This record gives sequence, structure tokens and C-alpha cells, in this order.
Amino acid sequence: MPLERTDPVVRIAVDLNRCQGYAQCAFLAPDVFAMHGEEALLYVPEADEEQREQLARAVAACPVQAILVDAVDVPAEAVSGAR
Amino acid sequence: MRGDGALERLGREGRIVVVGASLAGLRAAEALRDEGFAGSLTVIGDEPHEPYDRPPLSKQVLLGRASAGRTALPRLRAVDATWRLGVAASGLDMAAGLVRLADGDEVPYDRLLIATGVRARPWPQEAEAELDGVFVLRTSDDSAALARRLDAGPERVLVIGAGFTGSEIASACRERGLPVTVAERGAAPLVGALGGVVGAVAADMQREGGVDLRCGVMVTALEGDASGRVRAARLSDGSTVETDVVVVSLGATRNTEWLAGSGLGAGPRGIACDAGCRAFDIRGIVTDDIYAAGDVARCPHPLFGYQFLALEHWGNAVAQARIAAHNMLSESAERVPHMEVPSFWSAQFGVNIKSVGVPSMATEILITQGSLESRRFVGVYGYQGRVIGAVSFDHGRWLPFYQELIETTAPFPPPFATVDRRPGGQRPVDADFPDPSVPTHGPTVTLSGYSPADRRTTFTPAH
Repeated sequence: MPLERTDPVVRIAVDLNRCQGYAQCAFLAPDVFAMHGEEALLYVPEADEEQREQLARAVAACPVQAILVDAVDVPAEAVSGAR
Repeated sequence: MRGDGALERLGREGRIVVVGASLAGLRAAEALRDEGFAGSLTVIGDEPHEPYDRPPLSKQVLLGRASAGRTALPRLRAVDATWRLGVAASGLDMAAGLVRLADGDEVPYDRLLIATGVRARPWPQEAEAELDGVFVLRTSDDSAALARRLDAGPERVLVIGAGFTGSEIASACRERGLPVTVAERGAAPLVGALGGVVGAVAADMQREGGVDLRCGVMVTALEGDASGRVRAARLSDGSTVETDVVVVSLGATRNTEWLAGSGLGAGPRGIACDAGCRAFDIRGIVTDDIYAAGDVARCPHPLFGYQFLALEHWGNAVAQARIAAHNMLSESAERVPHMEVPSFWSAQFGVNIKSVGVPSMATEILITQGSLESRRFVGVYGYQGRVIGAVSFDHGRWLPFYQELIETTAPFPPPFATVDRRPGGQRPVDADFPDPSVPTHGPTVTLSGYSPADRRTTFTPAH
């Protein structure tokens, strides 16, 4: 049985070893990414459906390609306790 | 028999079991499908949650910018796996090739990947650890509980242990305006991982950030009130800290107990494996079908004298997952070693800290760029005349250059004077790492000799 989610979301993780603080993401998707201090990045690990477009722009613009997002729709790869 | 089609059969209809459903487990499952594995894949995890990311738990979540239950890892591809979540593996039968689960089930495998990670080391006094208001931080449930308590506006938060996690927690609490005391057994925060020279900068950052930082002290007891809520902590210097929230941040314990008696080379330091993530048995013989990845794996690293390294780093889990997945489906000549240079990051008190290599192996440090005073610098670590690690404070963009020095075993001190033009240049100084024979809560890198059967480890709790 797939886990039901109330709203479609995109999950995000940033490989902060790769991140070099270019801040393109914070510029293109300010609802999701923000600089914290001079170099550190704070991001919301989940984006709403309406942020999908700006998120895609941020992912594409990252000079070091450090932003990881769902490549498959969540319900298609559900987690269950099924045998 | 080479070329007898066994590997091809494995790839077509084999059974691969992954124990551990966190970062390494998920990324390994994805890598196995990337490699073309078409057989059955089972992922077992003791937590009821789907694989989630841990770094935000001590940062965004505590700052109230994300919720603990919502840091699930993005899926880089479909893995078509059977997920057994919320049930722990309880045993391994290497002869029969099966994993036993806590609910009595048995799961047979042709190839097994162990990625059971670590758990937070609890406060050693059980009755005190049970007090309301005493927390550890490792899981998303831990993070949710702590965030809820911080939302309620405690009088004072006491953080025990100033490693990376403890320091990040203290930073988040200060950012929320909460009074914070940090008690650290060592001479400075981060001293086990980065040494005393850099630790002194971390101490300044904490004090300037308003932390009541106390180094060289141990918490000897936690006291509760009549209703079982934590009320105060007693310190080894005779002082008492009144506090209603205590976060125990004393490093981690590897999840290997379930392997006791299995014959696998697993112990408190992790699971010994070869440079290709293949696990050794207790006799020091490498197994054919069992691999380990992530925090629980202990691998000899070609760049660091083939010493067994256990790394509690996000990037290490990702890299080893890929290596293990590739190797378990490959002929021996096609296998690849895990040679990635260790790297990690931490954000605290407004500063971004990044590191490459293994600073904790070093004896000397040279500040090549910026200055300690400005808290913007690069420090290069030297060991026996070569560059072995580097750390940056708000200077992350330079790290790839230093990583190259480590990969090419460049001489230390490095041949350039300093990157910043400074009259007189700089001289290396003692990196001031604590005496390794004195227990601390543990750095994020464990060096444990050259023997797969090396089981020597002692942890002396703070009493």
C-alpha cells in the first residue's frame, strides 16, 4: 500500500560538499533556498507543487550541480511494509 | 568458474538485501538498478520512515525552517524494491545466507549490503537519561521532539559535548535567542576533529554568539525534580547549571550488535571491509557476498596508508553505496576501490566550515589564506611531510585546490609561501590535537589500525 500524501511535493537535498556558495539557487528560488551568513546555505527540504518551476531553474543554474531533487514521482516509488 | 554465467544469473534473478534504509541504503539501491540489476531487491530499516536526510535535523529543523518529518531524501530513480520498514535486523546467518528480522521473519540473500549506520550515544546514567527534558539528536523523531521543546521556550539549554552536532545545536538555540550552556570535556569545541588551533576559533565564535561555553569540564550528574523533569546538571569543576533542556551530544555508537556471533568482522568500531567495501569475517578472510557502506563501514584507505578509516560523513555514505553496489555485481578485475577523499561540512554561528582529507591524522597546521582572527581562512594540515587535510572557514571555494594537494600527496609545508601575500609568510604550527589516549566524545573519523579483527576500543563515560 503506497503511503498517501496530502499534497504533491518535491523532495530536495543539497550535496553541501559540492556547494560552493554561488547563491544562484537563492536568487532563482528564494522560497526554497537562502544564504545563511556569507557562505552557508539553508534550504527547505520539500518544495510545493507551485515552486516546482523555480526549483527546476535553480537546479539547472547551479554551477556545481549540487542540488538533488526527485527524478521520479513520489507515489510511483512508494514505500510500504508489503512483503 | 569465470564466465560460467553466475554473475549474469545474479544480475538477472538474484536476491539482494540491503540492511539500513537511510542515505547509504537508498543510494545503494538506486545504484544497483543503475548497474542493471534486475533481480529482487529488499531494503530493511528499523525506523518506520522512508529514507530521509539527517543534516537538516540539526540545522533547518531546529531553526524552525523545516519540519523534522519532512526531510525525506529525493529519489534519483525508481528502485522497485520491497521495503521492510519499522523492523530491525536481529541476526545474520552467513552459512545459510539469510538475515533474521526482529519480527521473526527471515530474508534470504545472494548479496548483502550492511548500511546500519550509527546511533547517538545515550547519557550513560540510565535513570538520568530518562528524565523529561533530556534529549539526543540522531533521528527525525529525536529532532521533532527537541524542536517541539525549543518551541516551548526553555529557560536554558545545556548541550553536553561540543563536536559538530553539539555545536550546531548550540548555534541554532542561540539563533532562536535561547540561553545556552555548552559543556565540553576537551580544551575547545571541535578539537577532536580539527585540533586546538582551529578549536580556539570555534570557541571564540561560540562565546561571541552568546554561548556560556565551558571547556575542560565534564557533566557528572543530571538532576530531576519531583515530577521527573530535568532541573540541573552538576559539573566536574563543582559548579551547577540550572537547565530544563539537556542535549546529550557525545558522539555515536555503531549499530553492529545484531551481528554479534555471526562470524562477520564487526565490532564497536564498525564492520571491517576491504578497499572495495567487501566485509571481512572475524578470521580476517574477506567474504564473497557481504558488503558494508556508510557510517558502519571501516575501510583501509589507499591515500592514508591503508589504515582502516570509519567516517561519519554524508559524502562517504553516498560514495561507498555506489562502490559497494558496483562491486557486488562485478568480476574481481572489474571491482573498484573506494578512494574518495573524505570531506564534510558544518554550518554554525554564521560560519560555513568545510573540510577535505583527514585533519585528525595531522600533527601540524599552516594557515595559508585569510586569518584565524577574521574567521575566514584556510588551514592546511600536515603529517610526516605531506599534506593530509584542509579546513576552510567561509573559504569553501578554495577546497578543491587543496583536495588536489592531498590526492597528489603534495609536500608539507606546501611549496607556495601563502596564497595571500603576507610579509614574512607563515610558519606551520602544532595543530594541537588532543592526546589520542585521552577519550573524548570522538571525532567523526575513527582510525583503527590495520587489522580487520581490531576490536580494541574503550569509551570511558564521564564519571
